Amino acid sequence: MNEHSAAAAADPDETTPDETTPDETTPAVAATPADPPAERKVAAGGGRLAKTGTTPAHGPVRKAFSSPFGSLFVILVTVLWTIPTLGLLATSLRPKQDVATSGWWEVFTHPDLGLSNYHTVLFEGGFGVSGGLLPYMVNSLAISVPATIFPLVIAAMAAYGLSWVRFRGSDTVFFIIFALQVVPLQMALIPMLQLFSGGAHLGSLTVVPAFNLSGTYAPVWLAHTMFALPLAIFLLHNFISQLPRDLMEAAVVDGASHFKIFRSIVLPLCTPALASFAIFQFLWVWNDLLVALTFAGGTPEVAPMTVRLAQLSGSFGGRWELLTAGAFLSIIIPLVVFFSLQRYFVRGLLAGSVKG
Amino acid sequence: MSVTRALLADGAWTDASVKLGNSLGAVAGFLGILLVVFYVAGRASGRLGRPLAVGVFLGPAVLLLIIGLVAPLVRTVYLSFYNDDSTRFLGGKNYGWALTNDGIHHVLFNTLLWLLVAPLAATGLGLVLALLVDRMRGQSVYKSLIFMPMAISLVGASIIFKFVYEARDASQPQIGLLSQLAIGLGWQHPPNWMLSQPLNTFLLMAVMVWVQTGFAMVVLSAAIKAIPDEVTEAARLDGAGGFKLFWFVTVPMIRTTLVVVLTTVMITTLKAFDIVRTMTGGNFGTQVLANEMYSQSFVQFNTGRGSALAVILFLAVLPLVAYNIVQLRKERAVR
Repeated sequence: MNEHSAAAAADPDETTPDETTPDETTPAVAATPADPPAERKVAAGGGRLAKTGTTPAHGPVRKAFSSPFGSLFVILVTVLWTIPTLGLLATSLRPKQDVATSGWWEVFTHPDLGLSNYHTVLFEGGFGVSGGLLPYMVNSLAISVPATIFPLVIAAMAAYGLSWVRFRGSDTVFFIIFALQVVPLQMALIPMLQLFSGGAHLGSLTVVPAFNLSGTYAPVWLAHTMFALPLAIFLLHNFISQLPRDLMEAAVVDGASHFKIFRSIVLPLCTPALASFAIFQFLWVWNDLLVALTFAGGTPEVAPMTVRLAQLSGSFGGRWELLTAGAFLSIIIPLVVFFSLQRYFVRGLLAGSVKG
Repeated sequence: MSVTRALLADGAWTDASVKLGNSLGAVAGFLGILLVVFYVAGRASGRLGRPLAVGVFLGPAVLLLIIGLVAPLVRTVYLSFYNDDSTRFLGGKNYGWALTNDGIHHVLFNTLLWLLVAPLAATGLGLVLALLVDRMRGQSVYKSLIFMPMAISLVGASIIFKFVYEARDASQPQIGLLSQLAIGLGWQHPPNWMLSQPLNTFLLMAVMVWVQTGFAMVVLSAAIKAIPDEVTEAARLDGAGGFKLFWFVTVPMIRTTLVVVLTTVMITTLKAFDIVRTMTGGNFGTQVLANEMYSQSFVQFNTGRGSALAVILFLAVLPLVAYNIVQLRKERAVR
């Protein structure tokens, strides 16, 4: 369990990964004997002394705020926070007639559930248009995977270059990249769109030819990759620059080139940080609406789920049984990713400011 | 799968596999090119070695950042001083329009309201939950469930809540949860939620709070756990308990994190246009800056005005992000 993480490198509150993440990250389902519950905190190397017995490590604070009302409040909020999604799921499983005439909470008294809405929504459309959500779902996947991998690899390379390849001005370059986090997406949309459609010209000189990329995923991939870089480089730099110096120097003495060091030392050691960012970026891209709307348009050839759902929500607001099924389809993959990889996701969150 | 396959035009599956194949092919091609570059560059030695390494490692990122962020930043500012097809210089006219137009006034006011209410509510609630949840049995379940909306897209969240807010005439059975609750609590004729101003704006904010509270809770919870036991012990020996302990010990100890969370949620709130766009389309007095910028630029094709709004948005976000960055740097410098 004594692994480092991006959190350890950049988390504003000095804690070992084990202390930041154990309880909030393992869903109860996954609690196995190998996975100590919160009550039996094992202090990792460099952490505080292990407490004996079963007193939780944060006794004083905990005791100070303990009251049955407090627990009741938490349970109440949890229920409140869960019900909307539950209602969505329940509605998507009910037949059309029931959805239109009674509230979804009736499922507890008249359960009549089936998957037919999902079938309709995926394969038939059912919104008065031919074709269902399936192509859009495929688009979401086809957009998200490369848009996660491209920035990850490019940022890891840049972070290594800034950390270990000594050159004049590397600090300045790092700082500028760091500062680029302040540029909101909205600033880049119009010029990027003009660039993709018309190229770039200085007077009569063509600097960048017009890409003929419309109707392909390329603009969306590119846009996501560009927008992800500042944060990705910042987070990975925090991690890569903390790798042990003597390890690097030993490799150089052995005659390894930068390229070899990067491939065979840096990448394997960085897996936790890379995983954190990958999950983060995947969820970000999958859930994004703005970039997709701007660069993919609304066609079934390229547009992802979010774009289609936003359209449907406007024009078919009354067909709740289909809209809810569609919405649930669009959140199912993020939820699976989230619940199975929560630990890494939280680390990514704690590792500094959040994507914007 | 075979059953559905029979019902489907074969085209759909071939289409899907072609798309995914293209996508994975792009990834494979990208990695392949990198491998070749690495191999070739790795063989270069001597005086060429270092400049080559700098170029290969940093080149792609720097190039993409210049094309994708630096140049557009400059260009958006430039466009904001021109008319819609960028042929006539207007000076500050677009900004004048943004600051004097009544419709935009309302948009700016709404944006400010969002900026104040949603982040404070999410952070406040997150803090209370972080304090309370820590001592509970099975805390991971509560945390996971409250944190879950973070994984859901804002579009998905908007549809979820659109359904919660669905209103019908009181004579009919309700299908929206909120109306049902209101009637259950004795409100004879609850309003049509999405149409009643200014209530609708607050109901839209609730979606943002729903999404962001879990994030605030998880980060603050980590910060609270990092407070050394000695500090709380000492405070307790001095007789601080309950609220006093919270206000004079816990909050000061996690102040930086608290501010970072608050500003982070603020930045998200400022730039998020998905909720307003999906739930009301910006109608019924709910429009906000980010969505107005989008519709000026890409629906009405007022490039100049849209750019001016983007610049205003940038100026609004700038101090928040700058503050965040300074804080984080300070924290790191201390260690």
